Amino acid sequence: MFPRSSARLTAYALPKPFFIARNSLVASQFRRTTTSASAFTQIVSPDDAHSILVARRKQRPISPHLSIYQPQLTWYGSAANRITGSVLSVGAYGFFAAYAVAPAFGWHFDSATIAAAFSGLPVAAKFGIKFAVALPFSYHSWNGIRHLLWDTGKALDIRDVYRTGYAVLGLTAISTICLAMV
Amino acid sequence: MNTAPLSRSLLRVTTLTSLKPTAGLRTFASVAASQTAPAEPGSKKPNTKQFQIYRWNPDTPEKKPYMQTYELDMNQTGPMVLDALIRIKNEVDPTLTFRRSCREGICGSCAMNIQGSNTLACLCRINVSDSAPVKIYPLPHTYVVKDLVPDLTQFYKQYKSIKPYLQRKTASPDGREYRQSVEERKKLDGLYECILCACCSTSCPSYWWNSSDYLGPAVLLQSYRWLADSRDEAKGARKSALENEMSLYRCHTIMNCTRTCPKGLNPGQAIANIKKEMAFGS
Repeated sequence: MFPRSSARLTAYALPKPFFIARNSLVASQFRRTTTSASAFTQIVSPDDAHSILVARRKQRPISPHLSIYQPQLTWYGSAANRITGSVLSVGAYGFFAAYAVAPAFGWHFDSATIAAAFSGLPVAAKFGIKFAVALPFSYHSWNGIRHLLWDTGKALDIRDVYRTGYAVLGLTAISTICLAMV
Repeated sequence: MNTAPLSRSLLRVTTLTSLKPTAGLRTFASVAASQTAPAEPGSKKPNTKQFQIYRWNPDTPEKKPYMQTYELDMNQTGPMVLDALIRIKNEVDPTLTFRRSCREGICGSCAMNIQGSNTLACLCRINVSDSAPVKIYPLPHTYVVKDLVPDLTQFYKQYKSIKPYLQRKTASPDGREYRQSVEERKKLDGLYECILCACCSTSCPSYWWNSSDYLGPAVLLQSYRWLADSRDEAKGARKSALENEMSLYRCHTIMNCTRTCPKGLNPGQAIANIKKEMAFGS
Protein backbone atom coordinates (compact mmCIF):
# COMPACT_ATOMS: atom_id res chain seq x y z
CA MET A 1 0.00 0.00 0.00
CA PHE A 2 2.73 2.42 1.02
CA PRO A 3 4.85 2.53 -2.13
CA ARG A 4 1.80 3.01 -4.26
CA SER A 5 0.47 5.93 -2.23
CA SER A 6 3.88 7.62 -2.12
CA ALA A 7 4.18 7.23 -5.85
CA ARG A 8 0.84 8.88 -6.19
CA LEU A 9 1.99 11.67 -3.89
CA THR A 10 5.03 12.40 -6.01
CA ALA A 11 2.94 12.22 -9.11
CA TYR A 12 0.76 14.93 -7.67
CA ALA A 13 3.62 16.92 -6.18
CA LEU A 14 5.92 16.96 -9.18
CA PRO A 15 4.00 18.43 -12.09
CA LYS A 16 2.80 21.45 -10.16
CA PRO A 17 6.02 23.57 -10.15
CA PHE A 18 6.79 22.12 -13.55
CA PHE A 19 3.43 23.27 -14.82
CA ILE A 20 3.82 26.76 -13.40
CA ALA A 21 7.35 27.06 -14.77
CA ARG A 22 6.22 25.96 -18.19
CA ASN A 23 3.32 28.29 -18.04
CA SER A 24 5.48 31.27 -17.14
CA LEU A 25 7.86 30.35 -19.94
CA VAL A 26 5.01 30.33 -22.40
CA ALA A 27 3.76 33.60 -20.99
CA SER A 28 7.14 35.30 -21.26
CA GLN A 29 7.59 34.04 -24.79
CA PHE A 30 4.18 35.30 -25.63
CA ARG A 31 4.99 38.71 -24.23
CA ARG A 32 8.20 38.86 -26.19
CA THR A 33 6.69 37.92 -29.51
CA THR A 34 3.49 39.89 -29.36
CA THR A 35 3.03 43.61 -29.65
CA SER A 36 -0.56 43.66 -28.47
CA ALA A 37 -0.81 45.00 -24.93
CA SER A 38 -4.28 43.60 -24.29
CA ALA A 39 -3.39 39.93 -24.70
CA PHE A 40 -1.42 38.43 -21.86
CA THR A 41 -1.59 35.50 -19.50
CA GLN A 42 -1.34 35.71 -15.77
CA ILE A 43 -0.12 33.06 -13.37
CA VAL A 44 -2.46 32.68 -10.43
CA SER A 45 -1.86 30.52 -7.37
CA PRO A 46 -4.81 28.54 -5.96
CA ASP A 47 -5.04 30.91 -2.97
CA ASP A 48 -5.10 33.94 -5.22
CA ALA A 49 -7.63 32.25 -7.47
CA HIS A 50 -9.87 31.75 -4.45
CA SER A 51 -9.60 35.36 -3.34
CA ILE A 52 -10.30 36.53 -6.90
CA LEU A 53 -13.40 34.33 -6.93
CA VAL A 54 -14.56 35.74 -3.60
CA ALA A 55 -14.00 39.30 -4.81
CA ARG A 56 -15.92 38.58 -8.01
CA ARG A 57 -18.80 36.95 -6.17
CA LYS A 58 -19.26 40.12 -4.15
CA GLN A 59 -19.73 42.11 -7.34
CA ARG A 60 -22.13 39.80 -9.11
CA PRO A 61 -25.50 41.40 -9.81
CA ILE A 62 -28.75 39.52 -9.18
CA SER A 63 -30.52 38.79 -12.43
CA PRO A 64 -33.91 40.50 -12.91
CA HIS A 65 -36.91 38.51 -11.66
CA LEU A 66 -40.31 40.03 -10.78
CA SER A 67 -39.97 42.80 -13.36
CA ILE A 68 -39.20 40.50 -16.32
CA TYR A 69 -41.06 37.27 -15.54
CA GLN A 70 -44.03 36.72 -17.85
CA PRO A 71 -47.37 37.45 -16.16
CA GLN A 72 -49.00 34.04 -15.70
CA LEU A 73 -52.18 32.93 -13.98
CA THR A 74 -50.07 30.76 -11.65
CA TRP A 75 -48.03 33.35 -9.83
CA TYR A 76 -50.39 36.30 -10.35
CA GLY A 77 -53.15 34.20 -8.77
CA SER A 78 -50.90 33.31 -5.87
CA ALA A 79 -49.90 36.95 -5.34
CA ALA A 80 -53.58 37.94 -5.44
CA ASN A 81 -54.33 35.29 -2.80
CA ARG A 82 -51.70 36.75 -0.50
CA ILE A 83 -52.74 40.36 -1.10
CA THR A 84 -56.44 39.66 -0.55
CA GLY A 85 -55.59 37.67 2.57
CA SER A 86 -53.53 40.55 3.94
CA VAL A 87 -56.24 43.09 3.12
CA LEU A 88 -58.88 40.96 4.87
CA SER A 89 -56.82 40.37 8.01
CA VAL A 90 -55.66 43.98 8.31
CA GLY A 91 -59.28 45.09 7.81
CA ALA A 92 -60.65 42.63 10.34
CA TYR A 93 -57.98 43.25 13.00
CA GLY A 94 -58.24 47.02 12.47
CA PHE A 95 -62.00 46.96 12.85
CA PHE A 96 -61.98 44.72 15.94
CA ALA A 97 -59.21 46.74 17.60
CA ALA A 98 -61.10 49.95 16.91
CA TYR A 99 -64.24 48.34 18.30
CA ALA A 100 -62.38 47.31 21.46
CA VAL A 101 -60.93 50.75 22.15
CA ALA A 102 -63.98 52.70 20.95
CA PRO A 103 -65.54 53.31 24.42
CA ALA A 104 -62.26 54.79 25.73
CA PHE A 105 -62.26 57.40 22.96
CA GLY A 106 -66.01 57.93 22.86
CA TRP A 107 -66.37 56.47 19.32
CA HIS A 108 -69.63 54.86 18.31
CA PHE A 109 -69.02 51.53 16.58
CA ASP A 110 -72.23 49.68 17.44
CA SER A 111 -74.22 48.10 14.61
CA ALA A 112 -77.04 50.64 14.80
CA THR A 113 -74.70 53.63 14.32
CA ILE A 114 -72.87 51.97 11.42
CA ALA A 115 -76.13 50.98 9.73
CA ALA A 116 -77.49 54.49 10.12
CA ALA A 117 -74.31 56.08 8.72
CA PHE A 118 -74.24 53.61 5.80
CA SER A 119 -77.89 54.15 4.87
CA GLY A 120 -77.22 57.87 4.43
CA LEU A 121 -74.64 57.22 1.65
CA PRO A 122 -75.46 57.51 -2.09
CA VAL A 123 -76.15 54.21 -3.91
CA ALA A 124 -72.87 54.30 -5.86
CA ALA A 125 -70.85 54.68 -2.64
CA LYS A 126 -72.80 51.83 -1.01
CA PHE A 127 -72.08 49.56 -3.98
CA GLY A 128 -68.45 50.65 -4.09
CA ILE A 129 -67.76 49.96 -0.42
CA LYS A 130 -69.52 46.59 -0.52
CA PHE A 131 -67.67 45.70 -3.71
CA ALA A 132 -64.31 46.61 -2.14
CA VAL A 133 -64.98 44.30 0.82
CA ALA A 134 -66.65 41.51 -1.20
CA LEU A 135 -63.90 41.23 -3.82
CA PRO A 136 -61.00 40.18 -1.56
CA PHE A 137 -63.38 38.06 0.53
CA SER A 138 -64.71 36.20 -2.54
CA TYR A 139 -61.35 35.65 -4.17
CA HIS A 140 -59.66 34.50 -0.98
CA SER A 141 -62.50 32.13 -0.12
CA TRP A 142 -62.74 30.49 -3.54
CA ASN A 143 -58.99 30.25 -3.87
CA GLY A 144 -58.87 28.80 -0.35
CA ILE A 145 -61.11 25.96 -1.53
CA ARG A 146 -58.75 25.48 -4.49
CA HIS A 147 -55.85 25.21 -2.05
CA LEU A 148 -57.73 22.62 0.04
CA LEU A 149 -58.22 20.59 -3.13
CA TRP A 150 -54.51 20.89 -3.89
CA ASP A 151 -53.63 19.77 -0.37
CA THR A 152 -55.27 16.42 -1.14
CA GLY A 153 -52.76 16.09 -3.99
CA LYS A 154 -55.38 16.52 -6.71
CA ALA A 155 -55.83 18.94 -9.65
CA LEU A 156 -52.12 19.70 -9.76
CA ASP A 157 -51.30 19.10 -13.41
CA ILE A 158 -51.00 22.31 -15.34
CA ARG A 159 -54.31 21.90 -17.18
CA ASP A 160 -56.22 21.54 -13.92
CA VAL A 161 -54.28 24.43 -12.37
CA TYR A 162 -55.52 26.68 -15.18
CA ARG A 163 -59.06 25.27 -15.15
CA THR A 164 -59.46 25.80 -11.41
CA GLY A 165 -57.74 29.18 -11.71
CA TYR A 166 -60.25 30.44 -14.26
CA ALA A 167 -63.07 28.89 -12.24
CA VAL A 168 -61.94 30.87 -9.19
CA LEU A 169 -61.87 34.08 -11.24
CA GLY A 170 -65.35 33.44 -12.64
CA LEU A 171 -66.86 32.51 -9.28
CA THR A 172 -65.18 35.54 -7.70
CA ALA A 173 -66.76 37.86 -10.29
CA ILE A 174 -70.22 36.36 -9.74
CA SER A 175 -70.13 36.24 -5.95
CA THR A 176 -68.57 39.72 -5.67
CA ILE A 177 -71.35 41.32 -7.73
CA CYS A 178 -74.02 39.34 -5.86
CA LEU A 179 -72.62 40.37 -2.47
CA ALA A 180 -72.23 44.00 -3.55
CA MET A 181 -75.88 44.16 -4.66
CA VAL A 182 -77.33 42.58 -1.49
CA MET B 1 -40.90 46.65 -17.08
CA ASN B 2 -37.12 46.28 -17.47
CA THR B 3 -35.10 48.17 -14.89
CA ALA B 4 -31.76 47.81 -16.61
CA PRO B 5 -30.85 50.76 -18.83
CA LEU B 6 -31.30 49.92 -22.46
CA SER B 7 -28.26 50.46 -24.52
CA ARG B 8 -29.16 49.91 -28.12
CA SER B 9 -26.20 49.08 -30.19
CA LEU B 10 -27.52 47.69 -33.38
CA LEU B 11 -25.19 45.27 -34.97
CA ARG B 12 -26.19 44.28 -38.42
CA VAL B 13 -25.15 40.95 -39.74
CA THR B 14 -23.58 40.95 -43.12
CA THR B 15 -23.65 37.44 -44.42
CA LEU B 16 -21.48 36.92 -47.39
CA THR B 17 -22.91 34.01 -49.32
CA SER B 18 -19.62 33.60 -51.17
CA LEU B 19 -17.96 32.71 -47.88
CA LYS B 20 -20.37 29.89 -47.20
CA PRO B 21 -19.02 26.47 -48.07
CA THR B 22 -22.37 25.47 -49.55
CA ALA B 23 -22.64 28.55 -51.78
CA GLY B 24 -21.69 26.73 -54.96
CA LEU B 25 -24.17 23.97 -54.36
CA ARG B 26 -26.92 26.42 -53.59
CA THR B 27 -26.35 28.43 -56.72
CA PHE B 28 -26.48 25.30 -58.76
CA ALA B 29 -29.75 24.22 -57.16
CA SER B 30 -31.30 27.64 -57.57
CA VAL B 31 -30.38 27.78 -61.24
CA ALA B 32 -32.26 24.54 -61.78
CA ALA B 33 -35.24 25.82 -59.86
CA SER B 34 -35.16 29.37 -61.20
CA GLN B 35 -37.75 28.73 -63.89
CA THR B 36 -40.48 28.09 -61.35
CA ALA B 37 -39.31 29.92 -58.21
CA PRO B 38 -37.37 33.11 -58.92
CA ALA B 39 -36.19 33.59 -55.34
CA GLU B 40 -33.09 31.65 -54.38
CA PRO B 41 -32.24 31.24 -50.68
CA GLY B 42 -29.39 33.76 -50.85
CA SER B 43 -31.41 36.50 -52.50
CA LYS B 44 -34.55 36.00 -50.41
CA LYS B 45 -35.91 39.13 -48.80
CA PRO B 46 -34.16 39.23 -45.41
CA ASN B 47 -36.46 38.28 -42.54
CA THR B 48 -34.86 40.30 -39.76
CA LYS B 49 -35.48 39.47 -36.13
CA GLN B 50 -34.21 41.40 -33.14
CA PHE B 51 -32.73 39.75 -30.07
CA GLN B 52 -32.42 41.77 -26.90
CA ILE B 53 -29.96 40.10 -24.60
CA TYR B 54 -28.94 40.81 -21.01
CA ARG B 55 -25.27 41.72 -20.75
CA TRP B 56 -23.00 42.10 -17.76
CA ASN B 57 -19.24 41.79 -17.75
CA PRO B 58 -17.38 40.92 -14.51
CA ASP B 59 -14.28 42.68 -15.86
CA THR B 60 -16.15 45.99 -15.81
CA PRO B 61 -18.34 45.47 -12.71
CA GLU B 62 -18.99 49.20 -12.31
CA LYS B 63 -20.92 49.16 -15.58
CA LYS B 64 -24.50 48.19 -14.79
CA PRO B 65 -26.20 45.29 -16.57
CA TYR B 66 -27.80 46.40 -19.82
CA MET B 67 -29.76 45.01 -22.76
CA GLN B 68 -27.96 44.69 -26.06
CA THR B 69 -29.85 44.34 -29.31
CA TYR B 70 -28.70 42.10 -32.12
CA GLU B 71 -30.31 41.59 -35.51
CA LEU B 72 -30.27 38.34 -37.41
CA ASP B 73 -31.72 37.30 -40.75
CA MET B 74 -34.04 34.43 -39.92
CA ASN B 75 -33.58 32.92 -43.39
CA GLN B 76 -29.99 32.21 -42.44
CA THR B 77 -30.61 31.11 -38.84
CA GLY B 78 -31.70 27.82 -37.34
CA PRO B 79 -35.14 27.49 -35.78
CA MET B 80 -34.22 27.54 -32.08
CA VAL B 81 -33.15 30.36 -29.80
CA LEU B 82 -29.88 28.52 -29.15
CA ASP B 83 -29.18 28.55 -32.90
CA ALA B 84 -29.57 32.32 -32.85
CA LEU B 85 -27.32 32.70 -29.80
CA ILE B 86 -24.60 30.55 -31.34
CA ARG B 87 -24.84 32.50 -34.58
CA ILE B 88 -24.55 35.82 -32.73
CA LYS B 89 -21.50 34.52 -30.89
CA ASN B 90 -19.88 33.14 -34.04
CA GLU B 91 -20.64 35.93 -36.46
CA VAL B 92 -21.54 39.11 -34.61
CA ASP B 93 -20.19 39.35 -31.09
CA PRO B 94 -17.78 36.74 -29.70
CA THR B 95 -17.95 38.32 -26.23
CA LEU B 96 -21.56 37.13 -25.72
CA THR B 97 -21.38 34.46 -23.03
CA PHE B 98 -23.80 31.60 -22.38
CA ARG B 99 -23.73 27.93 -21.46
CA ARG B 100 -24.66 25.26 -23.96
CA SER B 101 -23.72 21.69 -24.66
CA CYS B 102 -26.04 19.05 -26.09
CA ARG B 103 -28.44 21.29 -28.09
CA GLU B 104 -31.20 18.68 -27.68
CA GLY B 105 -32.67 19.27 -24.23
CA ILE B 106 -30.85 16.63 -22.26
CA CYS B 107 -27.95 18.47 -20.59
CA GLY B 108 -29.81 21.48 -19.17
CA SER B 109 -26.92 23.88 -19.77
CA CYS B 110 -28.76 26.46 -21.86
CA ALA B 111 -31.51 27.16 -19.30
CA MET B 112 -32.40 30.85 -19.43
CA ASN B 113 -35.32 33.25 -19.34
CA ILE B 114 -36.70 33.69 -22.86
CA GLN B 115 -39.69 35.97 -23.46
CA GLY B 116 -40.25 36.16 -19.71
CA SER B 117 -40.40 32.44 -19.13
CA ASN B 118 -37.67 30.00 -18.11
CA THR B 119 -36.82 27.34 -20.64
CA LEU B 120 -33.99 25.67 -22.51
CA ALA B 121 -32.78 27.79 -25.42
CA CYS B 122 -32.26 24.62 -27.48
CA LEU B 123 -35.92 23.56 -27.12
CA CYS B 124 -37.38 27.05 -27.59
CA ARG B 125 -38.47 27.93 -31.12
CA ILE B 126 -37.97 31.47 -32.37
CA ASN B 127 -41.38 32.92 -33.16
CA VAL B 128 -40.62 34.18 -36.68
CA SER B 129 -44.15 35.36 -37.45
CA ASP B 130 -44.03 37.76 -34.49
CA SER B 131 -42.19 41.01 -35.19
CA ALA B 132 -41.48 41.74 -31.50
CA PRO B 133 -37.86 41.29 -30.39
CA VAL B 134 -36.91 38.17 -28.46
CA LYS B 135 -35.90 39.14 -24.93
CA ILE B 136 -33.36 36.90 -23.25
CA TYR B 137 -32.29 37.14 -19.60
CA PRO B 138 -30.33 34.80 -17.34
CA LEU B 139 -32.35 32.56 -14.99
CA PRO B 140 -34.23 34.96 -12.68
CA HIS B 141 -32.92 35.97 -9.25
CA THR B 142 -29.57 34.26 -9.62
CA TYR B 143 -26.13 35.76 -9.21
CA VAL B 144 -24.79 36.50 -12.67
CA VAL B 145 -21.32 35.21 -13.47
CA LYS B 146 -21.36 36.85 -16.90
CA ASP B 147 -24.11 37.70 -19.42
CA LEU B 148 -26.45 34.67 -19.48
CA VAL B 149 -24.38 32.50 -17.14
CA PRO B 150 -25.90 32.17 -13.66
CA ASP B 151 -24.03 31.00 -10.55
CA LEU B 152 -25.76 27.74 -9.57
CA THR B 153 -23.48 26.90 -6.61
CA GLN B 154 -26.32 27.13 -4.08
CA PHE B 155 -28.60 25.03 -6.29
CA TYR B 156 -26.03 22.22 -6.52
CA LYS B 157 -25.27 22.44 -2.79
CA GLN B 158 -28.95 22.00 -2.06
CA TYR B 159 -29.12 19.03 -4.41
CA LYS B 160 -26.20 17.45 -2.57
CA SER B 161 -27.91 18.08 0.77
CA ILE B 162 -30.84 15.74 -0.01
CA LYS B 163 -28.43 12.81 -0.52
CA PRO B 164 -29.57 11.99 -4.04
CA TYR B 165 -28.51 8.36 -4.07
CA LEU B 166 -29.87 4.98 -2.95
CA GLN B 167 -29.49 4.44 0.79
CA ARG B 168 -29.92 0.86 1.87
CA LYS B 169 -28.58 -1.41 4.59
CA THR B 170 -30.19 -4.77 3.92
CA ALA B 171 -28.75 -6.83 1.13
CA SER B 172 -31.01 -8.22 -1.56
CA PRO B 173 -32.14 -11.80 -0.69
CA ASP B 174 -30.29 -13.45 -3.57
CA GLY B 175 -27.27 -11.13 -3.43
CA ARG B 176 -28.04 -9.71 -6.85
CA GLU B 177 -29.70 -6.41 -7.84
CA TYR B 178 -32.46 -4.82 -5.73
CA ARG B 179 -35.62 -5.73 -7.59
CA GLN B 180 -38.77 -3.68 -8.02
CA SER B 181 -42.21 -4.62 -9.21
CA VAL B 182 -43.51 -2.95 -12.35
CA GLU B 183 -45.84 -0.82 -10.18
CA GLU B 184 -43.00 0.26 -7.91
CA ARG B 185 -40.87 1.25 -10.88
CA LYS B 186 -43.78 3.17 -12.37
CA LYS B 187 -43.76 5.53 -9.39
CA LEU B 188 -40.40 6.87 -10.56
CA ASP B 189 -41.70 7.91 -13.98
CA GLY B 190 -41.91 11.68 -14.20
CA LEU B 191 -39.27 11.98 -11.46
CA TYR B 192 -36.09 10.43 -12.81
CA GLU B 193 -36.25 12.40 -16.09
CA CYS B 194 -35.31 15.68 -14.40
CA ILE B 195 -32.10 17.12 -15.88
CA LEU B 196 -31.55 19.69 -13.09
CA CYS B 197 -31.58 22.66 -15.44
CA ALA B 198 -32.92 24.89 -12.60
CA CYS B 199 -35.67 26.38 -14.78
CA CYS B 200 -38.36 25.51 -12.22
CA SER B 201 -36.47 26.56 -9.10
CA THR B 202 -35.58 29.94 -10.57
CA SER B 203 -39.19 30.47 -11.74
CA CYS B 204 -40.50 30.09 -8.18
CA PRO B 205 -41.13 33.40 -6.37
CA SER B 206 -40.80 31.57 -3.07
CA TYR B 207 -37.35 30.38 -4.12
CA TRP B 208 -36.45 33.92 -5.23
CA TRP B 209 -37.01 35.21 -1.70
CA ASN B 210 -35.84 32.17 0.31
CA SER B 211 -33.21 30.35 -1.74
CA SER B 212 -30.83 30.24 1.22
CA ASP B 213 -33.11 27.84 3.12
CA TYR B 214 -35.95 26.70 0.87
CA LEU B 215 -34.85 23.79 -1.32
CA GLY B 216 -36.95 24.77 -4.33
CA PRO B 217 -38.98 22.65 -6.76
CA ALA B 218 -36.14 20.89 -8.63
CA VAL B 219 -34.41 19.64 -5.50
CA LEU B 220 -37.74 18.69 -3.87
CA LEU B 221 -38.72 16.73 -6.98
CA GLN B 222 -35.47 14.80 -6.57
CA SER B 223 -36.14 14.45 -2.86
CA TYR B 224 -39.45 12.82 -3.75
CA ARG B 225 -37.75 10.66 -6.36
CA TRP B 226 -35.90 8.94 -3.48
CA LEU B 227 -38.90 8.97 -1.14
CA ALA B 228 -40.92 7.20 -3.84
CA ASP B 229 -38.23 4.60 -4.52
CA SER B 230 -39.25 1.22 -3.09
CA ARG B 231 -35.58 0.20 -2.71
CA ASP B 232 -34.56 3.14 -0.54
CA GLU B 233 -34.42 2.52 3.22
CA ALA B 234 -33.69 6.02 4.51
CA LYS B 235 -37.20 7.41 4.14
CA GLY B 236 -37.44 8.33 7.83
CA ALA B 237 -34.19 10.32 7.76
CA ARG B 238 -35.13 11.93 4.45
CA LYS B 239 -38.49 13.06 5.83
CA SER B 240 -37.12 14.33 9.12
CA ALA B 241 -34.57 16.41 7.21
CA LEU B 242 -37.52 18.18 5.58
CA GLU B 243 -39.43 18.58 8.85
CA ASN B 244 -38.79 22.29 9.42
CA GLU B 245 -40.30 25.62 8.40
CA MET B 246 -38.08 26.33 5.44
CA SER B 247 -36.85 23.29 3.48
CA LEU B 248 -40.23 22.09 2.18
CA TYR B 249 -43.02 24.26 3.54
CA ARG B 250 -41.99 27.48 1.77
CA CYS B 251 -43.83 25.94 -1.19
CA HIS B 252 -47.13 27.79 -1.49
CA THR B 253 -48.37 25.86 -4.53
CA ILE B 254 -47.71 28.78 -6.85
CA MET B 255 -47.13 26.24 -9.66
CA ASN B 256 -44.76 28.35 -11.77
CA CYS B 257 -42.47 25.31 -11.60
CA THR B 258 -44.82 22.97 -13.45
CA ARG B 259 -45.82 25.75 -15.84
CA THR B 260 -42.21 26.33 -16.91
CA CYS B 261 -40.59 22.86 -16.85
CA PRO B 262 -39.06 22.33 -20.32
CA LYS B 263 -39.22 18.56 -19.82
CA GLY B 264 -42.94 18.57 -19.01
CA LEU B 265 -42.45 17.25 -15.47
CA ASN B 266 -44.56 18.22 -12.46
CA PRO B 267 -42.49 19.36 -9.47
CA GLY B 268 -45.60 20.91 -7.89
CA GLN B 269 -47.29 17.49 -7.76
CA ALA B 270 -44.16 15.91 -6.27
CA ILE B 271 -44.01 18.53 -3.52
CA ALA B 272 -47.73 18.04 -2.77
CA ASN B 273 -47.06 14.29 -2.50
CA ILE B 274 -44.22 14.91 -0.03
CA LYS B 275 -46.45 17.19 2.06
CA LYS B 276 -49.16 14.53 2.07
CA GLU B 277 -46.72 11.79 3.09
CA MET B 278 -45.32 14.02 5.83
CA ALA B 279 -48.81 14.66 7.19
CA PHE B 280 -50.36 11.21 6.90
CA GLY B 281 -47.37 8.89 6.58
CA SER B 282 -47.24 6.51 3.65
